[in-house]
Amino acid sequence: MFEQLTNLLDQNQIFNTSTLLTYWDGFVVTCQLVFISLVIGLVFSVPLAVLRTSSRKWISGPIWFYTYIFRGTPLLVQLYVIYYGVIFINGIQESIFWPLAKNALYPTLLAFTLNTAAYTTEILRGAIIATPRGEIEAAKAYGMSRFVTIKRILLPSAFRRALPAYSNEVIFMLHASSIASVVTIVDLTGAARDVYSKYYAPFEAFFFVAMLYLLLTFLIIYVFKQLEKNMLAHLRPLS
Amino acid sequence: MADIAPLVVQDLHKTFNENEVLKGVSIEAHKGDVISMIGSSGSGKSTFLRCINLLEIPTQGEIIVHGDPIRFTTDKKGNRKPADAQQVERIRARLSMVFQSFNLWSHMTVLENIIEAPIHVLGVKRREAIAKAEHLLDKVGILDRKDYYPAQMSGGQQQRAAIARALAMDPEVMLFDEPTSALDPELVGEVLRVMHSLADEGRTMIVVTHEMAFARDVSTQVVFLHQGVIEEHGSPQKVFDNPDSERMKQFLAPKY
Repeated sequence: MFEQLTNLLDQNQIFNTSTLLTYWDGFVVTCQLVFISLVIGLVFSVPLAVLRTSSRKWISGPIWFYTYIFRGTPLLVQLYVIYYGVIFINGIQESIFWPLAKNALYPTLLAFTLNTAAYTTEILRGAIIATPRGEIEAAKAYGMSRFVTIKRILLPSAFRRALPAYSNEVIFMLHASSIASVVTIVDLTGAARDVYSKYYAPFEAFFFVAMLYLLLTFLIIYVFKQLEKNMLAHLRPLS
Repeated sequence: MADIAPLVVQDLHKTFNENEVLKGVSIEAHKGDVISMIGSSGSGKSTFLRCINLLEIPTQGEIIVHGDPIRFTTDKKGNRKPADAQQVERIRARLSMVFQSFNLWSHMTVLENIIEAPIHVLGVKRREAIAKAEHLLDKVGILDRKDYYPAQMSGGQQQRAAIARALAMDPEVMLFDEPTSALDPELVGEVLRVMHSLADEGRTMIVVTHEMAFARDVSTQVVFLHQGVIEEHGSPQKVFDNPDSERMKQFLAPKY
């Protein structure tokens, strides 16, 4: 069975076993990049979003500045700055960070994480400030501390409101991850470029990778649909 | 030991910017008292209620909950603020409030709304909290709605759920902030009936209301506020049938 499959593939001029393995490796790299940066970005964005809503300027100001910078510049430029910039940090070549900095993967992860954390912070902030005032007041009136109010009322309510916007952010991140291929990372797009240059078949190589991105997007949409079904039940009218 | 009053408020003042909304209001609620606060809009009655559990910080005056006076201090700008945040949280947990616009937590079911504060503020075990919540929902007549979300219910049902949420705290005093003002006229009755039965149980309640018939039938004391001052204070018979103040007479006079 497996042999038949490889035989069949080997007869295909472009999409033979070795090409598919190239795509598979790229697929794994893309998924890792996107997943890891999204998870770390989300973890950082939750406290950042809460602090961003603070009325104290010296707390919210720096976070506003951070999100403004990372939302106000292209991800590609951020990637270049971080990827090429880190090697100019004095003493980095002698430091313990050098193995991390010279591998393209880590500067890329850093750029992606900083970028998605900035967007997610703003998405969450919007959802937090849209919390009905009365619900916060009720939490206060029932003796909840500031911390319990944030944990039990503010964030659960804000996460739900943020979910549709966040699903877009996840899809954007997936698509934006294709620029990792410009700093030598062989992600899905990088794999497609390798296949293209090997067979000089741009249409086939990139059309195939477009299908793979589409597939991933459908998967993300499906997951968020299920999440919304569960978490946004309170917004549905009774059927 | 002598009976300690669950709530004493002495000489409460509240100023917003330059505008003095409350100019020295005092009340004393004994166990089982139902005090109705009446008065026209802007008279300060809601502000007074919100000062009691410190949703607004009174500019001056004492609040004593079951013999425990709330301690205040002043911040750097000279504004008054509570000295001990934990004391405020403790006291708020003993004074549960029912709001004009219900303020149920919209992402939680009715049952979850009711067990939330008992579990996460009072530390009640989840199972006990649920048993009690179901009992209370039965009492306010919406046990069949326990798994509904607030947005899926009528205003009257939401307000009854909010009352069940308040009862779940075993409050020393219940504060009602115009509980029927946001309701359609035909839904007012179901909420007032629940409140009436609470009064009959001997619960201590402070009710800001525009429902004169309710104030007259249920209250032990009626307070008429006008421009931040108590104009008339006494038993419902006294306030409604034989008021001393000119303002109160005007307030009760037919409007058309």
